Amino acid sequence: MNNSRRSFDVLVVGAGPAGIAAACCAAQAGVRVGIVDNNARPGGQIWRGETQDSNVADAADWLRKLASSRAEILAPMEVFAQPEAGRLTATSSDGVCELGYKKLILCTGARERFLPFPGWTLPNVMGAGGLQAVVKSGMDIAGKKVILAGSGPLLLAVGAHLRAHGADVRTIAEQAPWSRLIRFGMALASRGRKISQALQLKKRLSRIAFRAGCWVVAAEGDGKVESVTLRTVHKTWREPCDYLACGFHLVPNTELASLLGCELRGGFVRTDEFQQSSVSGIYCAGEPTGIGGLELSIAEGQIAGFAAAGQRERAQEYFGEQKSQRRFSMALERAFMLRDELRPLASAETIVCRCEDVKFGRLREQSSWRAAKLQTRCGMGPCQGRICGPAVEFLFGWKAESARPPIFPVAVESLAATACAE
Amino acid sequence: MPKAFSVTVNGAQVDATEDMTALAAILLSGTTTLRRSVSGEQRGALCGMGVCFECRVTINGEHHCRSCQIRCAQEMDIRTDE
Repeated sequence: MNNSRRSFDVLVVGAGPAGIAAACCAAQAGVRVGIVDNNARPGGQIWRGETQDSNVADAADWLRKLASSRAEILAPMEVFAQPEAGRLTATSSDGVCELGYKKLILCTGARERFLPFPGWTLPNVMGAGGLQAVVKSGMDIAGKKVILAGSGPLLLAVGAHLRAHGADVRTIAEQAPWSRLIRFGMALASRGRKISQALQLKKRLSRIAFRAGCWVVAAEGDGKVESVTLRTVHKTWREPCDYLACGFHLVPNTELASLLGCELRGGFVRTDEFQQSSVSGIYCAGEPTGIGGLELSIAEGQIAGFAAAGQRERAQEYFGEQKSQRRFSMALERAFMLRDELRPLASAETIVCRCEDVKFGRLREQSSWRAAKLQTRCGMGPCQGRICGPAVEFLFGWKAESARPPIFPVAVESLAATACAE
Repeated sequence: MPKAFSVTVNGAQVDATEDMTALAAILLSGTTTLRRSVSGEQRGALCGMGVCFECRVTINGEHHCRSCQIRCAQEMDIRTDE
Protein backbone atom coordinates (compact mmCIF):
# COMPACT_ATOMS: atom_id res chain seq x y z
CA MET A 1 0.00 0.00 0.00
CA ASN A 2 1.31 3.38 -1.03
CA ASN A 3 1.81 5.62 1.98
CA SER A 4 2.64 9.13 0.85
CA ARG A 5 3.25 12.29 2.85
CA ARG A 6 2.55 15.88 1.88
CA SER A 7 2.95 19.10 3.81
CA PHE A 8 1.20 22.42 3.44
CA ASP A 9 1.24 25.81 5.10
CA VAL A 10 -2.53 25.91 4.80
CA LEU A 11 -4.61 22.78 4.32
CA VAL A 12 -8.29 23.12 3.47
CA VAL A 13 -10.68 20.19 4.05
CA GLY A 14 -13.71 20.35 1.79
CA ALA A 15 -13.88 21.81 -1.72
CA GLY A 16 -17.33 23.34 -1.73
CA PRO A 17 -17.76 27.11 -2.06
CA ALA A 18 -16.25 27.92 1.37
CA GLY A 19 -13.25 25.67 0.82
CA ILE A 20 -12.64 26.90 -2.72
CA ALA A 21 -12.78 30.53 -1.56
CA ALA A 22 -10.46 29.75 1.36
CA ALA A 23 -7.93 27.91 -0.81
CA CYS A 24 -7.93 30.65 -3.48
CA CYS A 25 -7.36 33.42 -0.94
CA ALA A 26 -4.66 31.57 0.96
CA ALA A 27 -2.90 30.72 -2.31
CA GLN A 28 -3.16 34.36 -3.40
CA ALA A 29 -1.31 35.27 -0.22
CA GLY A 30 1.60 33.19 -1.50
CA VAL A 31 1.67 30.24 0.91
CA ARG A 32 1.65 26.53 0.03
CA VAL A 33 -1.97 25.39 -0.05
CA GLY A 34 -3.64 21.99 -0.37
CA ILE A 35 -7.38 21.35 -0.68
CA VAL A 36 -8.85 17.90 0.00
CA ASP A 37 -12.28 16.59 -1.00
CA ASN A 38 -13.92 13.20 -0.94
CA ASN A 39 -15.50 13.83 -4.33
CA ALA A 40 -13.53 13.49 -7.53
CA ARG A 41 -13.98 17.14 -8.47
CA PRO A 42 -14.21 20.40 -6.55
CA GLY A 43 -17.58 22.17 -6.20
CA GLY A 44 -19.15 20.51 -3.19
CA GLN A 45 -22.81 19.58 -3.28
CA ILE A 46 -24.15 22.91 -4.50
CA TRP A 47 -21.75 23.08 -7.45
CA ARG A 48 -21.69 19.35 -8.16
CA GLY A 49 -21.29 18.78 -11.87
CA GLU A 50 -20.47 22.44 -12.59
CA THR A 51 -17.33 23.32 -14.53
CA GLN A 52 -15.29 26.38 -15.41
CA ASP A 53 -17.61 26.80 -18.41
CA SER A 54 -20.77 26.60 -16.32
CA ASN A 55 -23.56 29.10 -16.90
CA VAL A 56 -23.86 29.32 -13.10
CA ALA A 57 -21.66 32.43 -12.88
CA ASP A 58 -20.45 32.00 -9.29
CA ALA A 59 -19.50 28.39 -9.86
CA ALA A 60 -17.63 29.09 -13.09
CA ASP A 61 -15.76 32.06 -11.55
CA TRP A 62 -14.62 30.23 -8.45
CA LEU A 63 -13.76 26.97 -10.19
CA ARG A 64 -11.67 28.97 -12.67
CA LYS A 65 -9.96 30.84 -9.83
CA LEU A 66 -9.17 27.58 -8.08
CA ALA A 67 -7.81 25.94 -11.25
CA SER A 68 -5.53 28.90 -11.97
CA SER A 69 -4.41 29.22 -8.35
CA ARG A 70 -1.35 27.46 -6.99
CA ALA A 71 -3.49 25.44 -4.56
CA GLU A 72 -3.00 21.71 -4.97
CA ILE A 73 -6.27 19.77 -5.32
CA LEU A 74 -6.22 16.43 -3.51
CA ALA A 75 -9.31 14.48 -4.63
CA PRO A 76 -10.94 12.10 -4.16
CA MET A 77 -9.46 11.75 -0.71
CA GLU A 78 -11.22 11.26 2.61
CA VAL A 79 -9.75 12.45 5.91
CA PHE A 80 -10.35 9.95 8.70
CA ALA A 81 -8.03 10.73 11.62
CA GLN A 82 -5.43 13.04 13.15
CA PRO A 83 -2.66 10.92 14.69
CA GLU A 84 -1.05 14.07 16.13
CA ALA A 85 -1.53 17.84 15.95
CA GLY A 86 -0.51 19.13 12.52
CA ARG A 87 -0.95 15.81 10.73
CA LEU A 88 -4.09 14.27 9.23
CA THR A 89 -4.48 10.87 7.66
CA ALA A 90 -6.69 10.31 4.64
CA THR A 91 -7.57 7.50 2.27
CA SER A 92 -7.40 7.76 -1.50
CA SER A 93 -7.37 5.23 -4.31
CA ASP A 94 -3.60 4.95 -3.79
CA GLY A 95 -3.97 4.01 -0.15
CA VAL A 96 -3.30 6.10 2.92
CA CYS A 97 -1.92 9.60 2.63
CA GLU A 98 -0.53 11.78 5.40
CA LEU A 99 -1.26 15.47 5.20
CA GLY A 100 0.87 17.79 7.30
CA TYR A 101 -0.33 21.33 7.94
CA LYS A 102 0.63 24.50 9.78
CA LYS A 103 -2.88 25.98 9.55
CA LEU A 104 -6.03 24.02 8.85
CA ILE A 105 -9.34 25.30 7.45
CA LEU A 106 -12.36 23.05 7.90
CA CYS A 107 -15.01 23.55 5.22
CA THR A 108 -16.82 20.27 5.64
CA GLY A 109 -20.26 21.53 4.64
CA ALA A 110 -23.62 20.17 5.67
CA ARG A 111 -25.85 17.20 5.02
CA GLU A 112 -29.63 16.86 4.93
CA ARG A 113 -31.58 16.17 8.08
CA PHE A 114 -33.77 13.09 7.72
CA LEU A 115 -36.70 12.31 9.99
CA PRO A 116 -38.12 8.82 10.28
CA PHE A 117 -41.71 8.10 9.21
CA PRO A 118 -43.33 4.82 8.17
CA GLY A 119 -41.93 3.82 4.77
CA TRP A 120 -38.94 6.17 4.75
CA THR A 121 -36.55 3.24 4.26
CA LEU A 122 -38.21 2.14 0.98
CA PRO A 123 -36.04 2.35 -2.14
CA ASN A 124 -36.65 5.56 -4.14
CA VAL A 125 -37.30 7.55 -0.97
CA MET A 126 -34.24 9.77 -1.10
CA GLY A 127 -32.91 13.02 0.20
CA ALA A 128 -33.93 16.06 -1.85
CA GLY A 129 -30.29 16.99 -2.30
CA GLY A 130 -29.62 13.26 -2.67
CA LEU A 131 -31.92 12.89 -5.67
CA GLN A 132 -30.52 16.08 -7.18
CA ALA A 133 -26.97 14.77 -6.78
CA VAL A 134 -27.88 11.53 -8.56
CA VAL A 135 -29.52 13.44 -11.42
CA LYS A 136 -26.43 15.67 -11.66
CA SER A 137 -24.39 12.46 -11.83
CA GLY A 138 -26.18 11.13 -14.87
CA MET A 139 -29.48 9.56 -13.81
CA ASP A 140 -32.45 10.22 -16.12
CA ILE A 141 -35.42 11.68 -14.20
CA ALA A 142 -37.46 12.67 -17.27
CA GLY A 143 -41.13 11.78 -16.94
CA LYS A 144 -40.79 10.47 -13.39
CA LYS A 145 -43.36 11.57 -10.84
CA VAL A 146 -41.55 13.26 -7.96
CA ILE A 147 -42.89 14.56 -4.67
CA LEU A 148 -40.67 16.80 -2.57
CA ALA A 149 -41.32 17.02 1.14
CA GLY A 150 -39.52 18.39 4.15
CA SER A 151 -38.26 21.85 4.85
CA GLY A 152 -35.91 24.57 3.71
CA PRO A 153 -34.99 26.49 0.57
CA LEU A 154 -33.26 23.42 -0.87
CA LEU A 155 -36.66 21.85 -1.66
CA LEU A 156 -37.45 24.66 -4.09
CA ALA A 157 -34.02 24.64 -5.69
CA VAL A 158 -34.21 20.88 -6.17
CA GLY A 159 -37.77 21.10 -7.50
CA ALA A 160 -36.66 23.60 -10.14
CA HIS A 161 -33.61 21.54 -11.05
CA LEU A 162 -35.53 18.27 -11.40
CA ARG A 163 -38.21 19.95 -13.46
CA ALA A 164 -35.59 21.41 -15.78
CA HIS A 165 -34.47 17.80 -16.31
CA GLY A 166 -37.97 16.74 -17.29
CA ALA A 167 -39.28 15.40 -13.99
CA ASP A 168 -43.01 15.58 -13.32
CA VAL A 169 -42.75 17.39 -9.99
CA ARG A 170 -46.20 16.89 -8.45
CA THR A 171 -46.06 18.61 -5.08
CA ILE A 172 -43.59 20.45 -2.90
CA ALA A 173 -44.63 20.02 0.74
CA GLU A 174 -42.91 22.51 3.08
CA GLN A 175 -43.59 21.82 6.74
CA ALA A 176 -43.12 25.45 7.80
CA PRO A 177 -46.38 27.42 7.88
CA TRP A 178 -47.07 30.32 5.50
CA SER A 179 -46.88 32.82 8.37
CA ARG A 180 -43.19 32.04 8.91
CA LEU A 181 -42.40 31.87 5.20
CA ILE A 182 -43.93 35.31 4.67
CA ARG A 183 -41.83 36.76 7.47
CA PHE A 184 -38.79 35.12 5.88
CA GLY A 185 -39.77 36.62 2.52
CA MET A 186 -39.88 40.05 4.12
CA ALA A 187 -36.39 39.54 5.51
CA LEU A 188 -35.24 38.65 1.99
CA ALA A 189 -36.83 41.78 0.59
CA SER A 190 -33.92 43.85 1.90
CA ARG A 191 -31.49 41.80 -0.22
CA GLY A 192 -31.58 42.43 -3.95
CA ARG A 193 -29.64 39.33 -4.85
CA LYS A 194 -31.63 36.88 -2.75
CA ILE A 195 -34.94 38.32 -3.94
CA SER A 196 -33.95 38.03 -7.61
CA GLN A 197 -32.88 34.43 -6.99
CA ALA A 198 -36.25 33.77 -5.37
CA LEU A 199 -38.14 35.32 -8.30
CA GLN A 200 -36.22 33.24 -10.82
CA LEU A 201 -37.04 30.13 -8.82
CA LYS A 202 -40.71 31.05 -8.72
CA LYS A 203 -40.74 31.31 -12.50
CA ARG A 204 -39.09 27.92 -12.89
CA LEU A 205 -41.56 26.38 -10.46
CA SER A 206 -44.74 27.76 -12.03
CA ARG A 207 -47.76 25.42 -11.87
CA ILE A 208 -46.15 23.06 -9.35
CA ALA A 209 -48.32 22.74 -6.24
CA PHE A 210 -46.35 24.35 -3.44
CA ARG A 211 -47.93 23.67 -0.07
CA ALA A 212 -46.74 25.31 3.10
CA GLY A 213 -47.75 23.85 6.44
CA CYS A 214 -47.78 20.42 4.79
CA TRP A 215 -45.73 17.38 5.72
CA VAL A 216 -45.21 13.75 4.81
CA VAL A 217 -46.64 11.20 7.24
CA ALA A 218 -45.92 7.95 5.39
CA ALA A 219 -44.56 6.43 2.20
CA GLU A 220 -46.13 3.29 0.79
CA GLY A 221 -45.05 0.74 -1.81
CA ASP A 222 -44.02 -2.81 -2.54
CA GLY A 223 -40.24 -2.99 -2.96
CA LYS A 224 -40.08 0.72 -3.72
CA VAL A 225 -42.12 3.84 -3.01
CA GLU A 226 -45.37 4.06 -4.99
CA SER A 227 -47.30 6.69 -3.06
CA VAL A 228 -46.94 9.21 -0.29
CA THR A 229 -49.37 10.29 2.40
CA LEU A 230 -49.31 14.04 3.04
CA ARG A 231 -50.99 16.03 5.77
CA THR A 232 -51.91 19.58 6.69
CA VAL A 233 -53.70 20.65 9.86
CA HIS A 234 -56.95 20.27 7.90
CA LYS A 235 -56.62 17.04 5.94
CA THR A 236 -54.64 13.93 5.06
CA TRP A 237 -54.40 12.51 1.54
CA ARG A 238 -52.37 10.19 -0.64
CA GLU A 239 -50.50 10.98 -3.89
CA PRO A 240 -48.82 8.54 -6.29
CA CYS A 241 -45.12 9.01 -7.11
CA ASP A 242 -42.00 7.31 -8.49
CA TYR A 243 -39.67 9.16 -6.12
CA LEU A 244 -40.14 10.87 -2.78
CA ALA A 245 -37.35 13.36 -2.21
CA CYS A 246 -37.31 14.60 1.33
CA GLY A 247 -35.00 16.54 3.57
CA PHE A 248 -35.72 18.57 6.66
CA HIS A 249 -33.28 21.43 6.16
CA LEU A 250 -29.57 20.91 6.82
CA VAL A 251 -27.30 19.81 9.63
CA PRO A 252 -23.61 20.74 9.75
CA ASN A 253 -20.80 18.21 9.28
CA THR A 254 -18.90 18.84 12.50
CA GLU A 255 -17.35 15.38 13.03
CA LEU A 256 -13.82 16.39 12.00
CA ALA A 257 -13.96 19.66 13.96
CA SER A 258 -15.16 17.73 16.97
CA LEU A 259 -12.41 15.13 16.58
CA LEU A 260 -9.81 17.91 16.51
CA GLY A 261 -11.15 19.36 19.75
CA CYS A 262 -12.88 22.46 18.33
CA GLU A 263 -15.57 23.74 20.64
CA LEU A 264 -19.14 23.48 19.38
CA ARG A 265 -21.94 25.80 20.42
CA GLY A 266 -25.55 24.83 19.71
CA GLY A 267 -24.27 22.13 17.39
CA PHE A 268 -22.10 24.49 15.31
CA VAL A 269 -18.36 25.16 15.37
CA ARG A 270 -17.68 28.31 17.40
CA THR A 271 -15.28 30.72 15.70
CA ASP A 272 -13.98 34.25 16.21
CA GLU A 273 -14.56 36.89 13.54
CA PHE A 274 -11.47 35.63 11.64
CA GLN A 275 -13.15 32.20 11.50
CA GLN A 276 -10.61 30.71 13.90
CA SER A 277 -12.02 27.94 16.09
CA SER A 278 -11.29 27.45 19.79
CA VAL A 279 -8.17 25.51 18.69
CA SER A 280 -5.41 27.88 17.65
CA GLY A 281 -4.50 27.50 13.98
CA ILE A 282 -7.68 25.61 13.06
CA TYR A 283 -10.22 27.69 11.16
CA CYS A 284 -13.73 26.79 10.07
CA ALA A 285 -15.89 28.32 7.33
CA GLY A 286 -19.25 27.69 5.72
CA GLU A 287 -22.16 25.58 6.96
CA PRO A 288 -20.37 24.00 9.99
CA THR A 289 -20.35 27.44 11.65
CA GLY A 290 -24.09 27.98 11.01
CA ILE A 291 -26.37 27.13 8.08
CA GLY A 292 -26.24 30.30 6.01
CA GLY A 293 -26.04 29.37 2.34
CA LEU A 294 -23.72 30.18 -0.52
CA GLU A 295 -22.88 33.85 0.01
CA LEU A 296 -22.05 33.46 3.70
CA SER A 297 -19.93 30.39 2.93
CA ILE A 298 -17.91 32.31 0.36
CA ALA A 299 -17.45 35.32 2.67
CA GLU A 300 -16.32 33.09 5.54
CA GLY A 301 -14.04 31.12 3.24
CA GLN A 302 -12.32 34.29 2.05
CA ILE A 303 -11.83 35.49 5.62
CA ALA A 304 -10.47 32.13 6.76
CA GLY A 305 -8.16 31.85 3.74
CA PHE A 306 -6.54 35.25 4.20
CA ALA A 307 -6.43 34.98 7.99
CA ALA A 308 -4.83 31.51 7.93
CA ALA A 309 -2.22 32.83 5.47
CA GLY A 310 -1.42 35.68 7.89
CA GLN A 311 -3.16 38.49 5.97
CA ARG A 312 -5.61 39.71 8.57
CA GLU A 313 -6.18 43.11 6.95
CA ARG A 314 -7.36 41.51 3.72
CA ALA A 315 -9.56 39.14 5.73
CA GLN A 316 -11.21 42.12 7.41
CA GLU A 317 -12.44 43.41 4.06
CA TYR A 318 -15.12 40.68 4.14
CA PHE A 319 -16.39 41.34 7.67
CA GLY A 320 -19.28 43.48 6.39
CA GLU A 321 -20.53 40.73 4.08
CA GLN A 322 -20.06 38.11 6.81
CA LYS A 323 -22.13 40.13 9.28
CA SER A 324 -24.91 40.88 6.83
CA GLN A 325 -25.17 37.28 5.64
CA ARG A 326 -25.31 36.02 9.23
CA ARG A 327 -28.56 37.92 9.69
CA PHE A 328 -29.92 35.93 6.77
CA SER A 329 -28.70 32.76 8.47
CA MET A 330 -30.67 33.61 11.59
CA ALA A 331 -33.79 34.34 9.54
CA LEU A 332 -33.39 30.94 7.86
CA GLU A 333 -33.23 29.17 11.18
CA ARG A 334 -36.38 30.85 12.48
CA ALA A 335 -38.34 30.27 9.28
CA PHE A 336 -37.64 26.56 8.90
CA MET A 337 -37.86 25.44 12.53
CA LEU A 338 -39.37 21.96 12.69
CA ARG A 339 -42.99 21.68 13.82
CA ASP A 340 -43.93 19.42 16.74
CA GLU A 341 -46.28 17.35 14.56
CA LEU A 342 -43.20 15.75 12.96
CA ARG A 343 -42.20 14.03 16.22
CA PRO A 344 -44.96 11.40 16.47
CA LEU A 345 -44.68 10.28 12.82
CA ALA A 346 -42.52 7.25 13.59
CA SER A 347 -44.44 4.25 14.93
CA ALA A 348 -42.89 1.62 17.22
CA GLU A 349 -42.05 -0.42 14.12
CA THR A 350 -40.40 2.43 12.17
CA ILE A 351 -36.65 2.03 11.71
CA VAL A 352 -34.70 5.04 12.98
CA CYS A 353 -31.10 3.79 12.59
CA ARG A 354 -30.89 2.47 9.03
CA CYS A 355 -27.42 0.95 9.45
CA GLU A 356 -28.37 -1.28 12.38
CA ASP A 357 -32.17 -1.44 11.80
CA VAL A 358 -33.01 -0.05 15.23
CA LYS A 359 -36.73 0.63 15.58
CA PHE A 360 -38.35 3.61 17.27
CA GLY A 361 -40.02 1.33 19.82
CA ARG A 362 -36.65 0.13 21.14
CA LEU A 363 -35.17 3.62 21.26
CA ARG A 364 -38.14 4.93 23.21
CA GLU A 365 -37.12 2.64 26.10
CA GLN A 366 -33.64 4.21 26.37
CA SER A 367 -32.60 7.15 28.52
CA SER A 368 -29.74 8.68 26.54
CA TRP A 369 -27.75 8.49 23.31
CA ARG A 370 -25.10 6.49 25.13
CA ALA A 371 -27.65 4.01 26.49
CA ALA A 372 -29.20 3.72 23.05
CA LYS A 373 -25.79 2.95 21.52
CA LEU A 374 -24.92 0.35 24.15
CA GLN A 375 -28.32 -1.35 24.25
CA THR A 376 -29.46 -1.15 20.64
CA ARG A 377 -26.37 -0.32 18.51
CA CYS A 378 -28.16 2.83 17.28
CA GLY A 379 -25.59 5.02 15.51
CA MET A 380 -22.91 2.31 15.58
CA GLY A 381 -23.06 1.36 11.89
CA PRO A 382 -20.97 2.65 8.99
CA CYS A 383 -22.62 6.12 8.89
CA GLN A 384 -21.59 6.52 12.53
CA GLY A 385 -24.83 8.21 13.47
CA ARG A 386 -24.65 10.89 10.77
CA ILE A 387 -28.16 10.03 9.58
CA CYS A 388 -29.93 8.86 12.76
CA GLY A 389 -28.10 11.27 15.11
CA PRO A 390 -29.94 14.45 14.04
CA ALA A 391 -33.25 12.51 13.97
CA VAL A 392 -32.68 11.13 17.46
CA GLU A 393 -31.78 14.60 18.69
CA PHE A 394 -35.07 15.95 17.33
CA LEU A 395 -37.13 13.00 18.60
CA PHE A 396 -35.63 12.52 22.06
CA GLY A 397 -33.39 15.55 22.66
CA TRP A 398 -30.26 13.35 23.00
CA LYS A 399 -27.07 14.98 21.80
CA ALA A 400 -24.52 12.84 19.96
CA GLU A 401 -21.25 12.23 21.76
CA SER A 402 -17.93 13.58 20.52
CA ALA A 403 -16.44 12.01 17.41
CA ARG A 404 -13.83 9.26 17.57
CA PRO A 405 -11.34 8.16 14.94
CA PRO A 406 -11.68 6.91 12.30
CA ILE A 407 -14.47 9.37 11.45
CA PHE A 408 -15.20 7.36 8.29
CA PRO A 409 -15.00 3.56 8.06
CA VAL A 410 -11.61 2.59 6.68
CA ALA A 411 -10.07 -0.74 5.73
CA VAL A 412 -8.02 -2.42 8.43
CA GLU A 413 -4.93 -2.14 6.26
CA SER A 414 -5.33 1.66 6.20
CA LEU A 415 -5.26 1.80 9.97
CA ALA A 416 -2.31 -0.58 10.02
CA ALA A 417 -0.45 1.63 7.54
CA THR A 418 -1.09 4.63 9.79
CA ALA A 419 0.24 2.78 12.79
CA CYS A 420 3.39 1.68 10.90
CA ALA A 421 4.04 5.25 9.80
CA GLU A 422 4.19 6.48 13.36
CA MET B 1 -17.79 15.31 -24.62
CA PRO B 2 -17.08 12.68 -21.98
CA LYS B 3 -16.07 9.28 -23.33
CA ALA B 4 -18.97 6.82 -23.76
CA PHE B 5 -18.70 3.12 -22.96
CA SER B 6 -20.77 0.49 -21.23
CA VAL B 7 -20.76 -0.94 -17.75
CA THR B 8 -22.48 -4.06 -16.45
CA VAL B 9 -25.16 -3.88 -13.78
CA ASN B 10 -26.13 -7.34 -12.52
CA GLY B 11 -25.05 -8.75 -15.87
CA ALA B 12 -26.94 -6.25 -18.05
CA GLN B 13 -25.10 -3.70 -20.17
CA VAL B 14 -25.77 -0.01 -19.45
CA ASP B 15 -24.47 2.93 -21.47
CA ALA B 16 -22.30 5.15 -19.32
CA THR B 17 -19.76 7.95 -19.41
CA GLU B 18 -16.91 8.77 -17.07
CA ASP B 19 -18.98 11.69 -15.72
CA MET B 20 -21.57 9.26 -14.38
CA THR B 21 -21.49 7.64 -10.97
CA ALA B 22 -21.99 3.92 -10.56
CA LEU B 23 -25.21 4.79 -8.71
CA ALA B 24 -26.57 6.67 -11.73
CA ALA B 25 -25.78 3.66 -13.94
CA ILE B 26 -27.54 1.32 -11.50
CA LEU B 27 -30.68 3.46 -11.42
CA LEU B 28 -30.61 3.83 -15.22
CA SER B 29 -30.65 0.03 -15.45
CA GLY B 30 -33.98 0.05 -13.62
CA THR B 31 -32.55 -1.52 -10.45
CA THR B 32 -33.89 0.10 -7.31
CA THR B 33 -32.69 -2.26 -4.55
CA LEU B 34 -29.00 -1.73 -3.87
CA ARG B 35 -28.51 -3.79 -0.75
CA ARG B 36 -30.25 -5.68 2.06
CA SER B 37 -30.24 -4.18 5.52
CA VAL B 38 -29.12 -6.21 8.56
CA SER B 39 -32.72 -7.41 9.00
CA GLY B 40 -33.18 -8.14 5.30
CA GLU B 41 -35.05 -5.01 4.14
CA GLN B 42 -34.57 -3.78 0.59
CA ARG B 43 -32.69 -0.49 0.52
CA GLY B 44 -31.89 2.14 -2.07
CA ALA B 45 -29.69 5.23 -2.05
CA LEU B 46 -30.56 8.03 0.36
CA CYS B 47 -28.07 10.90 0.72
CA GLY B 48 -26.30 10.78 -2.65
CA MET B 49 -23.16 12.28 -1.12
CA GLY B 50 -21.23 9.49 0.56
CA VAL B 51 -22.56 9.93 4.07
CA CYS B 52 -25.33 7.34 4.63
CA PHE B 53 -23.70 4.18 3.21
CA GLU B 54 -27.08 2.93 1.92
CA CYS B 55 -25.81 2.72 -1.67
CA ARG B 56 -23.16 0.10 -0.95
CA VAL B 57 -22.73 -2.36 -3.82
CA THR B 58 -20.08 -4.72 -5.18
CA ILE B 59 -17.86 -3.16 -7.85
CA ASN B 60 -15.35 -5.33 -9.73
CA GLY B 61 -15.59 -7.86 -6.92
CA GLU B 62 -14.96 -5.35 -4.15
CA HIS B 63 -17.76 -5.30 -1.57
CA HIS B 64 -19.19 -2.27 0.26
CA CYS B 65 -18.34 0.34 -2.37
CA ARG B 66 -20.37 3.54 -2.04
CA SER B 67 -21.82 3.68 -5.55
CA CYS B 68 -22.66 7.40 -5.26
CA GLN B 69 -18.96 8.27 -4.83
CA ILE B 70 -17.50 6.11 -7.59
CA ARG B 71 -17.38 7.14 -11.22
CA CYS B 72 -18.10 4.70 -14.01
CA ALA B 73 -15.14 3.23 -15.84
CA GLN B 74 -14.88 1.01 -18.87
CA GLU B 75 -15.77 -2.65 -18.21
CA MET B 76 -16.90 -1.86 -14.67
CA ASP B 77 -18.87 -4.76 -13.20
CA ILE B 78 -21.50 -3.63 -10.70
CA ARG B 79 -23.55 -6.04 -8.58
CA THR B 80 -26.34 -4.99 -6.26
CA ASP B 81 -28.19 -6.77 -3.48
CA GLU B 82 -25.34 -9.21 -2.67
